[in-house]
Amino acid sequence: MTATDVETKGPAAKSRGATPLQRAQHILHEHSWVSPLVLLVLSIVVFTILNPAFAQPRAISLLLQQTAVIAALAVGQTLIIITGGIDLSVGAAAILACMSSALLAANGVLPAPAAILVGVLIGAICGLLNGLLVSRVKLPPFIVTLGTLSVFTAITLMLTGGSTVQGDEMPSWMTAAGERVPLFGLDLNVGIIVVALIYVAVGYALGFTAWGRRVFAVGDAPEAARLAGISVSRVLVSVYLVAGVIYGIAAWVLIGRAGAASPNGVVDANLASITAVVIGGTSLFGGRGGVVGTVLGALIVQSFAIGLTLVGLDDEYRVLAVGILVIAAVAADQWIRKVRS
Amino acid sequence: MTDTLQKRPVLSARGLRKTFGKVVGLRGVDLDVYPGEVLAIIGDNGAGKSTLIQCLTGALVPDEGTLELDGKQVSFKRPQDAKDVGIETVYQSLAMSPALDIASNMFLGREIRRPGPLGSVLRLLDTKSMRQKSMEAVQQLGIRTIQNPGQRVETLSGGQRQAIAVARAAAFGSKLVVLDEPTAALGVRESGLVIDAIKALRDRGLPVILISHNMPHVWEIADRIHIQRLGGSAGVITPSSHDMTEGVAIMTGAKTL
Repeated sequence: MTATDVETKGPAAKSRGATPLQRAQHILHEHSWVSPLVLLVLSIVVFTILNPAFAQPRAISLLLQQTAVIAALAVGQTLIIITGGIDLSVGAAAILACMSSALLAANGVLPAPAAILVGVLIGAICGLLNGLLVSRVKLPPFIVTLGTLSVFTAITLMLTGGSTVQGDEMPSWMTAAGERVPLFGLDLNVGIIVVALIYVAVGYALGFTAWGRRVFAVGDAPEAARLAGISVSRVLVSVYLVAGVIYGIAAWVLIGRAGAASPNGVVDANLASITAVVIGGTSLFGGRGGVVGTVLGALIVQSFAIGLTLVGLDDEYRVLAVGILVIAAVAADQWIRKVRS
Repeated sequence: MTDTLQKRPVLSARGLRKTFGKVVGLRGVDLDVYPGEVLAIIGDNGAGKSTLIQCLTGALVPDEGTLELDGKQVSFKRPQDAKDVGIETVYQSLAMSPALDIASNMFLGREIRRPGPLGSVLRLLDTKSMRQKSMEAVQQLGIRTIQNPGQRVETLSGGQRQAIAVARAAAFGSKLVVLDEPTAALGVRESGLVIDAIKALRDRGLPVILISHNMPHVWEIADRIHIQRLGGSAGVITPSSHDMTEGVAIMTGAKTL
């Protein structure tokens, strides 16, 4: 047996002579959701010790209710970041879908279910536009979505004049996502269940279908994907389109959560969704990550918000903590990626 | 191999010509690849090796000339056209996705789905069978240092990655495997791994075109050597008819056939 044989037997042999730190690095590298899971468990334990109310069903229900919309938007963001892109228009697209469907339903132009579908369709068109500009016109995703962020916001303001559509102006279907669903002793709602289904569907597609493999390959090594006969631009368009559909569904969840449709509904959606994705262990360089980490990331951010409030600290401490967390998460990602060499 | 001359070539190119603006890349090149042989292509930088290969694998479309595969005329507009008829290419740059595992890379772009509704409706991948087939392909080429097809490619050495690329080409190339400088980026020991894989490929009867700058490798494994010079063919020799020094002399124009 030559030296090469010994060196290259695979992970098992590799970790045999490794330090515990290297072994940890290897596990984190293989499974990007491990670090956010550890962080979430830690934050739950710490906050529960500080204030036992944190572990009560009421606080947990609130955590899930508050996380749902951002968690949904973050699924689309995850897909796009895996391809090596970024979506700054996520909030603007969701609000455009949200306001259009609310106005259509409130003015009686369309019955509520059709108005909801139109909202999803508008989300899809927003995603498709981003996708075509990124893949066919070959512009950087950062610039494309920075531009469409303004475009979508402007269209929303033109449509609404900046005013809110109240819940009682719309048919009840429009706010149905906020309907309570008591489950496992928790106070859930329809929106949470819809978001959970989005996670299951996208998690399955990413992990168990050829499309998922291609999405990762396109983000990781676009040239290799092309040489393997994959149409990189088709994969990119499909990713932005799926993200747009998810934004459209999230728009309906948002109306249910807020009980109204407001042009200022998710002002912090861009940063919040990117934060959830990054804390969730998906690499901004593309090719690595997944939606399991993202939901954990979104829950971590929200658990900080609730936990710090219960402890009696003001919101600026949450903002501070999330900022530090994002930088720490990206630094951790850099360190984990070093396992390659 | 003297008996190759009686066989019909697998791939036969006649009068290939390709220009890039005023620059002539290929000026009427003929090339034949016979069953079960390793045909090496050597030549100085700019001699047209890469252009020739790209015309054979669909990466470039020649301006003039014909291609025949098994006696039937073919023309490739895209690399996928060549793949579709069983010509696989291993590129100098490692055409692998480092974050994906070995089996996913092997089957990238031609994934296998589960039989029945799980595959047709739910599009569920058949990971088990892809891993099993990947291992078979790797083992058939005698690559013993790879044991886990679920291992990520980024954890492999450069030689192992290139060996996997050769195994992938062998698994899907039913007619011809083209290797473009497969050992250029590798160390001596790593190159050995790839050379052994190429030998195993030849022993299975699949014809191979090998482009290389490494003359000892060429003289070690080639059956015939096609020499490119200044966009044209300077002739075809064999490792027994000419030694390495003569080969290099023809390549550089110091000697003609």
